Amino acid sequence: MDLREMARRVEPGMLLALPVDYAGVSMAMTKPLIEHGAGDLRLFCVPTGGLQVDQLIGAGLVRSIETSAVSLGEAGGAPRFNQAIREGTIAIRDATCPAIHAGLMAAQKGNPFQPMRGLIGSDILRFRDDWRVIDNPFADGGDPIVLIPAVKPDIAIFHAPMADRHGNVWIGRRRELAAMAYASAQTLVTVERIVDENLLASEMSAAGTLPSLYVTDVALAPRGAWPYGLWGEYPTDTAEILRYAKAARTPEGFAEYMASSGASSMASSPATSPSRPALEPAQ
Amino acid sequence: MREVHPREILIATIARLLDGVRHVAVGASSPIPAAGAMLLRAQKKRAGAPPVRLSILGSVEHNFFTNGSAELFDCAGQGRIDAFFLGGGQIDGRGNINLVGAGEYPGSTPRWPGSFGSAYLYFVVPRVILFREEHSSRVLVETVDFTSAPGTSEDGVYRTGGPAALLTGKALFSFDKTRPGFTLESLHPGHDLAEVKAATGFGFAHAGSPKQTEAPDRATLDLLRGQIMDELSETYPDFASRLRSETAA
Repeated sequence: MDLREMARRVEPGMLLALPVDYAGVSMAMTKPLIEHGAGDLRLFCVPTGGLQVDQLIGAGLVRSIETSAVSLGEAGGAPRFNQAIREGTIAIRDATCPAIHAGLMAAQKGNPFQPMRGLIGSDILRFRDDWRVIDNPFADGGDPIVLIPAVKPDIAIFHAPMADRHGNVWIGRRRELAAMAYASAQTLVTVERIVDENLLASEMSAAGTLPSLYVTDVALAPRGAWPYGLWGEYPTDTAEILRYAKAARTPEGFAEYMASSGASSMASSPATSPSRPALEPAQ
Repeated sequence: MREVHPREILIATIARLLDGVRHVAVGASSPIPAAGAMLLRAQKKRAGAPPVRLSILGSVEHNFFTNGSAELFDCAGQGRIDAFFLGGGQIDGRGNINLVGAGEYPGSTPRWPGSFGSAYLYFVVPRVILFREEHSSRVLVETVDFTSAPGTSEDGVYRTGGPAALLTGKALFSFDKTRPGFTLESLHPGHDLAEVKAATGFGFAHAGSPKQTEAPDRATLDLLRGQIMDELSETYPDFASRLRSETAA
């Protein structure tokens, strides 16, 4: 499947689940999503956001964001996110990492909510009118506990090392990717490569595999996490993220960066051929 | 060779603060806490003491979680993590921390990344060490603008964890949750009480003439400059090589 075709599944106003920078971000999908242009998006960061989130915000496609943090890691704050917060052009729901996981877990179980410790007395809780506090019904009295409602994203998007021809995706130990897929109505995955063997045929690979039951589409996108790294495949290109961080300090710099070749244009080339032939294939 | 680098004092102090833990977790991009935990682990191993387990988030080498990023929190919730480090753009005199931003929320200016796992881990990890190298009245404020996580909780709120200490580039404080408030334990070499008072936006208890933070002894320093820097450079190559060149100068 072509990345542009995959991006067309995203409709205005949808809730998108996106993974943390080290888990497998489908950076390859960022440009196609921006070119597709479905806006008013609500982002759900699992459990934090970075470059992709900043770029979608910079492109004006985001209405709201729920997250435990947004940053560019070593490259510092996320410039387009920070400006949008300062100017109030996007709505933010601040969370904390395990609350994000709790919302997905509730959806995975088909439950209306998941209880969670912590949070009481924080301003995170104070600003969340969608969360509730009840007294633990199993205690003798008191013992307040927070309830996090189930979160059911319309679409989860991530990048993984491999898929097989049946649409099974190997996620290794990055189980948050499975949690995202279980909770979401659709899951779009880009991968480094498509393998011939059935990933469910061997016990060794099956344990780290997300079955095709939860996968809507798979597209080939070699080095599709770049400039993020992909676990077991290639490291983060910190210099490139620093380059972005510097460029995106202004809206003009951001636009220039996104238009430049460095930001890549997976959408303009067929997904079946590598978009960056100059780069060495991942080992 | 330079005698003792200020950061070596921080690392050795962290190792002391962690004494007795079985499992310490360290966030990504926290080289000094990671080095302190590695130092303690190496010291315990040499002494034949029970092993110290160290989880560095985002590291492959020093991370044995296999259930995604939720596992750290599950592990902490069960009491399997004894110590963790939190920082913050603001820390106030009651141990409240703010990782969200200064000024009025939600239009915080500046906006910082966000609370990460603090609103949970601060409640369930018994020994949370607040670590922030910058010691200024900008960071150490009287009252935080946004509470990512409170330093203490009312009676009846489930809380097995909280702040144990605050370590900055100038001083070490302990935390007394009954007051609640910080007590100055020691000043790092080169810093005095008047300077620390001026740079701290909240009041704190202190002795008339505070102690100086203990510097690492020769054996600790050798361990730190050898084995620990080797281990650290796997995860934090830039930090390790910088510290190495500064201590060799």
